[in-house]
Amino acid sequence: MTTTETSQFPLTFGIDTFGDVTEDKNGRLVSHAQAIRDVVEEGVLADQVGLNFIGVGEHHTADMPMPAADVVLSAIAARTNKIHLGSAVTILSSDDPVRVFQRYSTLNAVSSGRAEVVLGRGSSIDSFPLFGYDLSDYEQLFEEKTNLFAELMKGEPVTWEGKTRAALVNQDVVPHTEAGPFPVWIGVGGSPQSVVRAARYGFSLMLAIIGGHPARFAPFAELYRTALDQYGQAQLPIGVHAPGHIAATDEQAREEFWPHYRDVITRYGPTRGFRPPTPESFNHEVGPHGALYVGAPETVAQKIAANMTTLGANRFDLKYGIGGLAHHLLMTNIELYGTQVVPRVRELLAAAPDSG
Amino acid sequence: MSDMPKIAVLGAGHMGPIIARVAVEAGYPVSIAASGDPTKIALIAQVLAPGAEPLWAADAVADADLVVLSMPVHRFTSLDPELVADKLVVDTMNYWPPIDGVVPMFDEPGYGSSEIVARRLSRSTIVKTFNHIGYHELDEERQTAGSPLRRALGVAGDDPTAVDTVAEVVERIGYDTVRLTSLRAARILEPGGPVFGVPLHRAEFERALHTDAITVREGAQS
Repeated sequence: MTTTETSQFPLTFGIDTFGDVTEDKNGRLVSHAQAIRDVVEEGVLADQVGLNFIGVGEHHTADMPMPAADVVLSAIAARTNKIHLGSAVTILSSDDPVRVFQRYSTLNAVSSGRAEVVLGRGSSIDSFPLFGYDLSDYEQLFEEKTNLFAELMKGEPVTWEGKTRAALVNQDVVPHTEAGPFPVWIGVGGSPQSVVRAARYGFSLMLAIIGGHPARFAPFAELYRTALDQYGQAQLPIGVHAPGHIAATDEQAREEFWPHYRDVITRYGPTRGFRPPTPESFNHEVGPHGALYVGAPETVAQKIAANMTTLGANRFDLKYGIGGLAHHLLMTNIELYGTQVVPRVRELLAAAPDSG
Repeated sequence: MSDMPKIAVLGAGHMGPIIARVAVEAGYPVSIAASGDPTKIALIAQVLAPGAEPLWAADAVADADLVVLSMPVHRFTSLDPELVADKLVVDTMNYWPPIDGVVPMFDEPGYGSSEIVARRLSRSTIVKTFNHIGYHELDEERQTAGSPLRRALGVAGDDPTAVDTVAEVVERIGYDTVRLTSLRAARILEPGGPVFGVPLHRAEFERALHTDAITVREGAQS
């Protein structure tokens, strides 16, 4: 059954970045400006190696200085022709849906129809105090703003009223899209209400799977498909966003990734609820039942194919780069992903028996 | 089966549907409610907790022997204490300002979140458990009694009979229990504590509590 779901939509493969500041050859952190320019180069390479998507995730911290993803995406757009460009995610709860629409509709114009948006409620919470929002309002903020965003995506003058933003009356919001709505996804980490919300608005589902066995999320995929049916929506793509790192060998990939992963998770643990990783927990996450796609191309390809099949997903976005991992290693990662992993995943999924 | 206590789960977010599912699978009659119309959560119940009946909160609670609170703490602040008066209430919530934001009712240094829940729900009996295990893990790490892999969870409350009742449910769901004799002691189960999010067998769990208690005491003396 899940293979049938997978084959309903074309398979697409992307990369996501949070704009982590990287280390130079001497192990020193590069400047924010350099880190941002490096992301542009990574996006250009992703296009060259045939990847379908680059997503840039909104973050507001000194180690992830990436608050204006659309500006970076626009720079990538100017140097590429095919790759789609989107957020990963846009923290809609602390943004203005009108501005989000305007920025991504502008990006869509600049890129001749290559914009996508992944909307999130915001598990990276730094944007709430920054923009004067109360974290305890996040549910209402996200629900109302998603509702307005769905209205804006209809492409007609909008009349809307809510508690989190000024009302709109028959308001024409520009720029108009050229060829209908661009793809909109909702990023979901673990909230079933967010899954149902995505279905209700007819937005695609992006499952962020950053810890534990990816099969855990199979019930969410089922919930999404059932909800689409119930709301009278056509079936829509399901994507997976998951962290990883690819190098020539399993050993090399692990050695490159582990120290940065350990440091970042340890640093964010106290505020995000992560336990400090151990070599044992890392081994588990890298293994077949874990959330990390770290290894040689074949290892990573097998794992992606297996989990896309389990979840009935047709989109996989590898979140590459983590706290200091050097730009040149990220470039190798992207190249191996585009030239070896993705073709291999396509081969594996094409060969999978269609049980439908 | 008919003499099994009835369980009402309040909350259909990350944790609520999982608790409902594992309770159904342990043989309990289970209802689940969110803040409004049960039709809004019917689909979530159907897919994530098949067998749990979606109801209005008042209807779910009226019939229940145990009421499980699995809502964000900022939602708890608007829960009417009358709704759960005279009920055995299982508090699975955590107050975690970096994630939830500052919630003034809970922002009281020196008190555990369950002590604050108990003060607010003064006519209910409060038992704390399930707060220190992830929602995915709660589903995945269940083991039958006697299994060497069986993980332990703390069950804490001021009323020993209530603690025993809840511990029996936790054990039937698939976990050993370590019973703590007060909600004050339950602060050791909170985020940042020695057992929060850590898979431990019963002996390890008891040791972790003991070691930490000694550390706290020594720290206080110095």
